[in-house]
Amino acid sequence: MPGSLSSFYGHLKTQSIYCEMYDCFYLPVCREGEKTARKVFFYMISIQKLIHDYFRQDEDGNVAEKVRAVDGVDLEVHAGEFIVILGHNGCGKSTLAKHINALLYPTEGEVWVDGMNTAKEENIWDVRQKAGMIFQNPDNQIIAQVVEEDVGFGPENMGIPTEKIWERVEESLKTVGMYEFRKKSPGRLSGGQKQRVCIAGVMAMHPKCIIMDEPTAMLDPSGRREVVAAARDLNKKEGITIILITHYMEEAIDADRVFVMDHGKVVMQGTPREIFSRVEDMQELHLDVPQVTLLAHELRKNGVRIPAGILTKEELADALIKRGAEQKGRDRNVVTHH
Amino acid sequence: MSLTIEDISFTYETGTAMQVTALDHISAEIPDNQFIGLIGHTGSGKSTLVQMLNGLLKPTSGRILYKGADIHADNFDRKNLRAKVGLVFQYPEHQLFEADVISDVMFGPKNLGLSQEECQRRAHAALRSVGMDKKFYEKSPFDLSGGEKRRVAIAGVLAMHPEILILDEPTAGLDPRGRDEILGLISEMKNRMNMTIILVSHSMDDVAEYVDRIMVMNRSHLVYDDTPARVFTHYRELEEMGLSAPQVTYIMQYLKEQGLPVSTEIFTLEEAAAEILAHRRELHV
Repeated sequence: MPGSLSSFYGHLKTQSIYCEMYDCFYLPVCREGEKTARKVFFYMISIQKLIHDYFRQDEDGNVAEKVRAVDGVDLEVHAGEFIVILGHNGCGKSTLAKHINALLYPTEGEVWVDGMNTAKEENIWDVRQKAGMIFQNPDNQIIAQVVEEDVGFGPENMGIPTEKIWERVEESLKTVGMYEFRKKSPGRLSGGQKQRVCIAGVMAMHPKCIIMDEPTAMLDPSGRREVVAAARDLNKKEGITIILITHYMEEAIDADRVFVMDHGKVVMQGTPREIFSRVEDMQELHLDVPQVTLLAHELRKNGVRIPAGILTKEELADALIKRGAEQKGRDRNVVTHH
Repeated sequence: MSLTIEDISFTYETGTAMQVTALDHISAEIPDNQFIGLIGHTGSGKSTLVQMLNGLLKPTSGRILYKGADIHADNFDRKNLRAKVGLVFQYPEHQLFEADVISDVMFGPKNLGLSQEECQRRAHAALRSVGMDKKFYEKSPFDLSGGEKRRVAIAGVLAMHPEILILDEPTAGLDPRGRDEILGLISEMKNRMNMTIILVSHSMDDVAEYVDRIMVMNRSHLVYDDTPARVFTHYRELEEMGLSAPQVTYIMQYLKEQGLPVSTEIFTLEEAAAEILAHRRELHV
């Protein structure tokens, strides 16, 4: 085992299993403090101490400036999880996303996708097929003149036989609800529809994981709803692991886990409720929390005794009604006592 | 009265199979010193409308009057109009091109034929008002962050000293901090310079917080033109147009449905908190 690998395994208290067939390491993880691994599972994505530096060169080609975009990130994602990454512009989340797709290589640390190390050149194409990527601007991702041809482009490049390609195209377009538009020109679609075509294009490559880098930033509210619903469907129905990078906190409330990045580091992680109950921490990072969470927070600050981390309007109504009933009961007790 | 939109219609590609009516008999007044939100679904005609206002497009029928004069009359000075009605396009940072920030902002005033000193004076003032200090002047616009670039692009239009500033989705693609900075800046500029601002936006939450008046476009028609409170009472119709009311309106709506005695004509978070707190006794909370 190479030195760098053994040191990071040591750090994680993990044992690796070298799989000869795929020439890669699988990482069964034994929980810290446990002598034997009781529950062994394989991570979809495992990022270990990742560091990424960008270099700016001056006119003579010398390094003029070094910018550390990702600074020691550890992150693990299980297969089938819906993960949201939050953070303001320049916090390193897009750089991190590009590592999962092997568009960038680590300056230090390692990134493993479905048991493959992204730094190994022979893994690149498999990594990119396993981990599809959706970017902000759908216009930059659509290449064909007809929707179904665009969706077929990926599998065609993978050398899939023609009849299979059409099967995949049909299935993918149906999943994102764009099948009826298959003969249309992408140029005539709305932003949300275009983005769904892009998602179908990635789907057709049968990935295990899709990374979406602010896929809704350029869309109007209905386009945003369409794309988020499509992502959720892929996750729930197809079991595809989703990593969604967004500025819209409402898109994060149904996630399994939320990671918050700042200055290249993961500064908060947890369930949406755990993250959004820390309203002041989020505001300090100049991030939003859902409006209903903020409203509940305002009420709490004014002495209304409802729980922290309310995420939906239903929860707020329940909390207020319950609190009201309790208080009423208490008032009544006081009256009868007299 | 600064601008009057008088029954204008506009058709793209007239007489071809691709013919599309983008504006259908629109009339409105744009007065001085007002903050207007222009909202509408993608393809509703709002971008066509803003391009009408500074004469980039000519209506197929109807007239646009600037201080009473038809802007498409032969003797009308449209170059001056474009200085007076400033238009900041979506992703304006894509239009930065000069070698440094200061020259980029000076480009507009220079084209107005102003002296070098005047151009510089205006550029400095414009950059100051968007919060970009001197250390940025000599930098290449391409070395700035997304939010900074956008502020430089807005400064470029401000340096033309517009009376009406139209911003098409000025916060698209920005993070929450960038968004708050830009909207705060626009609101503050409006008050300080007595400008009229037309904010084209998809975000009802932004619009509810800042504007005095909302114009709603749907399928080439101007369907609502009123105060935010009045427009948002039509939230069900807005939804049918692919739009929505601010999120707090839905929260209050739901609370009311659950039997809590709160008003639903609430459009900002502060109002919502105040409304619930005002009913504390009845709610027993």
